[in-house]
Amino acid sequence: MITPPSIEILRFNTCGSVDDGKSTLIGRLLYDSKNLMEDQLDALERSADLTGGGQINLANVTDGLRAEREQGITIDVAYRYFATPRRRFIVADTPGHVQYTRNMVTGASTANLSIVLVDARQGVTEQTRRHSCIAALLGIPHIVFAVNKMDLVDWSEERFLQIRADIEAFLPKLDAFRDVKFIPISALHGDNVVDPSPHMPWYEGPTLLRHLETVHIASDWNLAALRFPVQWVNRPHRPTDPRLHDFRGFSGQLAGGIVRVGQPVLVLPSGWKTHVREIWTPAGIEPEAFCPQSITLVLEHDLDISRGDMIVGVDALPGMSQDVVARLCWMHPRPLTAGRKFLLKHTTQTVQAVVTGLEHRLDIASFEPQPCPAELQLNDIGEVRIHTARPLIYDGYASNRLTGSFILIEPGTNATVAAGMLRPPTEPARLEYTDFVI
Amino acid sequence: MSVTYHLDHLQYLESEAIHVLREVAAEFERPCILFSGGKDSICLLRLAEKAFRPSPIPMPLLNIDTGHHFPELNEFRDRRARELGARLIVRTVEDAIARGIAVPTPGEISRNRLQIPTLLAAIEEFRFDACVGGARRDEEKARAKERFFSFRDSFGQWDPRNQRPEVWNLYNTRVNPGEHMRVFPLSNWTELDVWEYIRREKLEVPSIYFSHQRLCVRRQGQWMPVTDLLPPRPGEEVRELRVRVRTIGDIISTGMIESPADSVDDIIAEIAAARVTERGSRADDKSSEAAMEDRKKLGYF
Repeated sequence: MITPPSIEILRFNTCGSVDDGKSTLIGRLLYDSKNLMEDQLDALERSADLTGGGQINLANVTDGLRAEREQGITIDVAYRYFATPRRRFIVADTPGHVQYTRNMVTGASTANLSIVLVDARQGVTEQTRRHSCIAALLGIPHIVFAVNKMDLVDWSEERFLQIRADIEAFLPKLDAFRDVKFIPISALHGDNVVDPSPHMPWYEGPTLLRHLETVHIASDWNLAALRFPVQWVNRPHRPTDPRLHDFRGFSGQLAGGIVRVGQPVLVLPSGWKTHVREIWTPAGIEPEAFCPQSITLVLEHDLDISRGDMIVGVDALPGMSQDVVARLCWMHPRPLTAGRKFLLKHTTQTVQAVVTGLEHRLDIASFEPQPCPAELQLNDIGEVRIHTARPLIYDGYASNRLTGSFILIEPGTNATVAAGMLRPPTEPARLEYTDFVI
Repeated sequence: MSVTYHLDHLQYLESEAIHVLREVAAEFERPCILFSGGKDSICLLRLAEKAFRPSPIPMPLLNIDTGHHFPELNEFRDRRARELGARLIVRTVEDAIARGIAVPTPGEISRNRLQIPTLLAAIEEFRFDACVGGARRDEEKARAKERFFSFRDSFGQWDPRNQRPEVWNLYNTRVNPGEHMRVFPLSNWTELDVWEYIRREKLEVPSIYFSHQRLCVRRQGQWMPVTDLLPPRPGEEVRELRVRVRTIGDIISTGMIESPADSVDDIIAEIAAARVTERGSRADDKSSEAAMEDRKKLGYF
C-alpha cells in the first residue's frame, strides 16, 4: 500500500456583520474547491427555484436550521468540513450579529485562523473592530481580512488600500496577531476565493484558499513547557494479564510540551517528584509524546494522583493559586455581579469559585477598558478577580490556550455562563515541601 | 514517532476523540456507547479501546434494534462485542411496540421514528446519564450545529437554539437527574476520515460495505434491496446488481449503490471521487429538507 502524504488540519472561523457574505463565502469555498456534492447542489437548486428566483444562493449551503432560514441570519455556530489535496479544513461559521459575541468566542476558541469579512462599500465598521478584538483576545495566531464585494466598488485598488490602511491603523492597539493578511475578494462571483481574479490584476498575493492551504501552523501548539492535566486514572480491575495487576496509569491530553521516558516530573499540587517510566500513545508504547496527543503515563513511583492534578516538567513551572485575574466573555442573559458563586472548570479540574471583583469592562469597539463596572451583561467582555476553593495550576492564556482557559458553570441550571482567559501568574508555583523528593 | 512533533489529520482527530471519551468515563456515573456495527461506531469502539487500555472499556454497549436491520450487521455487532468482552444491551422496537412504548402510525413501514421512544425507554431503564454515539457533523446540516456534549432534557429533546457554548476542549458535562447527555467524539470526522481510519487501524467492517451480488428494485431514483420486508411490487423489474451500502439505516430505507469496490482501498478511492453525499442514499432524510432537524429535536441519535 502506498502511504498517503501526511495531511494537516487547519481550523478557521469566519466572522463579519450580518450582510457581509460569510455564508456565501463558505458556500463559494466549497463550490469552487469541488467539495459540494450533486445532491447538495440539487437541494440548492430546489431552494433556488422556490425562493431565489432561479439563482443559486450559496449561503443556503451553510444556513442549516429552519429557524435561521426564516430569519435569514445564522443563529449558532455551524461546523463545515472540506478538503483539498494539501489540507483538511474545519470551518466554524460564526454569526456576526452584535448580540452573538458568545458564538464567535465559541467558534474561535479552537481556531488557528480567523477570517474577518469587511464589506468593501462599508469599509471598517464597529463590527470589524469587535471581531478583530475578539480574535485578538482569543489568541488566534493568524488573521485574514477578506475585503468582500469588490465587484460593487468597481474592483478598486484604491478602495482596498484605504480599508487596509484603516485596519492597520488600529491593529497595533490589539498587539496580538503573528500573521495578518489582506485579500480583496468577491464571494458572490468567486474572485480570489479559490481562483485568482481576472478583475483585479493589481492584486499579486495568494487567493484565500491558497493562503489557507499554505499558512504555517505547525508551531501553533505550545511545545515549550510540559503540562499534563490528569484526566482519568487507569487501573484495570481484575485484569486477566497478571502483569497488569499493579498497573496504574494516568490518562490525559498533553496540554503543552513534550514528555519523554526517564524525564523527571513534578506532580502538582502535591509537589511530589518522580520520573516517567512508560508512555502509552494511541499508536502504542513510545519513548516520547507531545501536545496535543492523548496519552497514558506510567510513573516510577506509586503516588496518589487523581483527576485534576497536573504533571509538569521540573523547570518552567506553572502558576498555582486560589486567586486569579482573568478576562471573561459573559455568555448568559443573567448578568454577572461581584460576589456570585460558580463552578469553574479548568483543564480537568472543577472547583467552586467566587467572582470577588469586576476590574473593568472592555469596550470592544474602542478597545478601551471602562473601570469598575457594576455588572457584565450578555456578550460583554471584562476583567475580573476570582477566588477558588482549591488552587488552580495554570499558565497565562497568551502562553498556553489549554492551561490558561476555563469556563464558569452556573450551579442549578448547569448553564455555561462564561469563557475565561487567565492573566499570567505573578510567580511560578511555590512548593510547600521543596525538599520532598521520593 | 514523528520527529517534527506534528500530528496528521487522523492522529489529531483520534486524540480529540479519545479526550472526549475519557471525559465521559471520568464525569458520568452511568454512560453507555451506542454500537450498531456500522462503520462509524466501529471506529468509535476502536477509539474507546485505545482510550482506556490496558483497562477494558468501562461502559456497556447499547443497540436499538429496529427488527429491520441487515442480518450481516447484527451478526457483526454481536461478534465484535464478544471479542471485546464488552456488555452488549439490545432493546428492540418490536418489544417497545408490544409494550405500548412505541406506537406505529397506521401504514408506516419505516421503524426509524420508533427508534426514538425505544431509545428513551432504554435510557430510563438503565438510568444512563450519557450515550456516546458515532454521529458526525459532516453528515447533515442539522448535525453541523451539534455539540460534542449535547444536552437532552428529561423528554430527551434537543433544543438547537439553547445549546451550551462549547469552548476550547472544556466540556460542561453536568446534568440533573432525569436529564442526559449525547456525546459525539467523532463530531469533526468526515466520511473519508472514517474510512482512512479503518484502513490505518486495519478494522474489520460488515461485508455489506463491500461489493456483492444482490437483487434490487429501482425506487425514487435508488436501488433498494429486495427482502421479505420489501418485496417487488407488481410490474417492478428486479435486477441482480453488484452493489454495496455507503451508509446503513434499516433494510427498507437504505439505498444500495452500484459499485465494484471490494476493499477498503477501493472504497476510499470511490469516496474521494464521489459526487453524492453519504446521506443521499438514505430515503429517511430525503422526505423533507428539515427531516433530520425534526427527528433530532424529538430525541433521535
